[in-house]
Amino acid sequence: MAAATSAQIRPMKTSAELALAETFAAARTALPGGADVAAQRAAAFDTFADAGLPHRRVEAWRYTDLRALMREARPLAAPPDAEAKAAAATAGAMLAGLGFRRLVVVNGAFVPELSDLAGLEAGLSIRSMADALTNGDALTGQLGQTVASSDAVLALNTALMGDGVVLHVAAGAVIERPVELVFVTTQTTPVSMFTRSLVVVEGGASLTLIESHEGPAGVAYQVNTALELVVGAGANVERVKITAEGSDAVHLATLLAKVDANATFANTFFTTGGLVVRNQLLGHLAGEAIHARMNGVSLLSGKQHADTLLSVDHAAPAGESRESFRAVLDGASQDIFQGKIAVRQAAQKTDARMLSRALLLTETAEACAKPELEIFADDVQCGHGCTTGTLDQQLKFYLMSRGIAAKEAEALLIQAFVGEVLDAIGNEGVRAALTDATQAWLLGRE
Amino acid sequence: MAPLLEIKDLHAEISGGRKIIDGMNLTINPGEVHAIMGPNGAGKSTLSYVLSGKPGYDITAGEVIFRGVNLLELSPDERAAQGLFLCFQYPLEIPGVSNMAFLHTAVNSQRRKRGETELTSPELVRKVRELGQTLGINAEMLKRPVNVGFSGGEKKRNETLQMALLEPYLCVLDEADSGLDIDALKVVSNGVNALRSPERSMLVITHYQRLLDYIVPDVVHVFAAGRIVHTGGKELALELEATGYAQYQNEAA
Repeated sequence: MAAATSAQIRPMKTSAELALAETFAAARTALPGGADVAAQRAAAFDTFADAGLPHRRVEAWRYTDLRALMREARPLAAPPDAEAKAAAATAGAMLAGLGFRRLVVVNGAFVPELSDLAGLEAGLSIRSMADALTNGDALTGQLGQTVASSDAVLALNTALMGDGVVLHVAAGAVIERPVELVFVTTQTTPVSMFTRSLVVVEGGASLTLIESHEGPAGVAYQVNTALELVVGAGANVERVKITAEGSDAVHLATLLAKVDANATFANTFFTTGGLVVRNQLLGHLAGEAIHARMNGVSLLSGKQHADTLLSVDHAAPAGESRESFRAVLDGASQDIFQGKIAVRQAAQKTDARMLSRALLLTETAEACAKPELEIFADDVQCGHGCTTGTLDQQLKFYLMSRGIAAKEAEALLIQAFVGEVLDAIGNEGVRAALTDATQAWLLGRE
Repeated sequence: MAPLLEIKDLHAEISGGRKIIDGMNLTINPGEVHAIMGPNGAGKSTLSYVLSGKPGYDITAGEVIFRGVNLLELSPDERAAQGLFLCFQYPLEIPGVSNMAFLHTAVNSQRRKRGETELTSPELVRKVRELGQTLGINAEMLKRPVNVGFSGGEKKRNETLQMALLEPYLCVLDEADSGLDIDALKVVSNGVNALRSPERSMLVITHYQRLLDYIVPDVVHVFAAGRIVHTGGKELALELEATGYAQYQNEAA
């Protein structure tokens, strides 16, 4: 309890930080979980209170100063009522019709009646995070254990986590039907949501996990979401996260992924929505001979700001990782890519390659890339590259000389630019849907 | 018979740079094949770019009438839809865009602009395969990204395929023999010759006579210092091969 006390008496600097302290003080007894969880929350809030909202002098947040970008902290969203649930029924349109198993979280709360929980495959179990925290679950002991991090935004998530999904795939179970987590905000007053999910895929099992986030345009809501993902030995997990939040939303997301020996793990970020978006991926490649692919596409316009932070820790020998990111920037948008690959001394024969490329469509758009390699092993292959450029005018002229209008020529070239990443997505339906979403984004350009 | 193309007293320069086309006149009637020969640096490629609307050139005087419209007012894609085709000296590689998708988009973009019904995928694929066969372009090359990893000869054959598919009224061939060995030159020339018709004209830009053995012109022009300085029949090409361009460069100066 000392931690909580100190959080209450420590002077906070910004009104958002003060509001968050008030929110925590008011909500803490009502948040799900027993004494253990409460202690975990208090410790986490203490971590947050010590650090405050990340700002420019915190290296990992250097380009995304939340003290400036999050002037206010919004009140916690109310549990969804019938109206909210009705509004959420049409969510996730981008992947509608693909027949995925849909699990829907509305305004931060899991909604069973909107979710497809029927006929669960053998080895697949699903429950809500609130239920797991309140009633106890063998898995929740793993919360916070996946990858060590003292990140303030993650700590805030731990302190205030309300609901989400706990998903378990038993050893050897091959779940053919992709699982889709749909996070939707329906409230039209600015609120905040803290969702936390835990997905454990045991050894030799396989799962395709899609996660999408959306909400109303013009509402300054705030999402702080985190997923802890455990990929067991020899397991195969593909995850795609779609960030299509409303135009004024602040979306802060953390993925903590632990990958065991001989496993295959793929993650793709696809970001089109939200005013301020942060996707941080902390990957602990714990076992030998893993294969990891961590990719992303950002399509930004107006004053959007998207910051992707990748921290990949090769801890065991003979792992292979590929990181490939593409940003297309229109208007006065900003894209940040910070990618760090660490190779520990034990991780000999690591093969890691990172490439980030940004395409600036206007003179006011901005891209920053900060690749980092930290290598302690001597027998490794590591490389990184980044490029920032404009559309190739020669190619555009070549296309136009064949009768293709300027905008369509640009669309073809941009589609090709992001296609290098989208084509790597294993699930054909998702690949096609994201290609269509890219086309829709391109057609919507001024 | 109305001319297909009329270039009248055309003056053009590189934007913010030097003058390249300096008072050029040329009339091409339907069905005619004209060759433009001249030394390197005379502005032959610039002429092809100015005709097709490449950005980076300023037209300072003159006009270009193509099928009754002022070509210089149209964007490059509108010029293409009007029936102008530029066969590039060095065709560009477009990673990530499949050849077939590119052809499909190009054909239907033009048809849309002309108010014609668009071709369906099966219609287009059939047509492309037929034309591809005559040019030695197989299904594999059609699946690959446009020109990526193609040899010089394959790129030129691919240009010829586009030309055949788009059925232009005027084909501008810019140094069509660049990068071609003799076998590839024959394939490309046969492809071009197959497109000759009473309605379709060609403007063959080259500095070697060799190409004109395969694509035999009706009229040969000598282009020097930004304009046509001499015009003759196909025999002029052979004379030039023997005497060189020096006398015409003096004439132009």
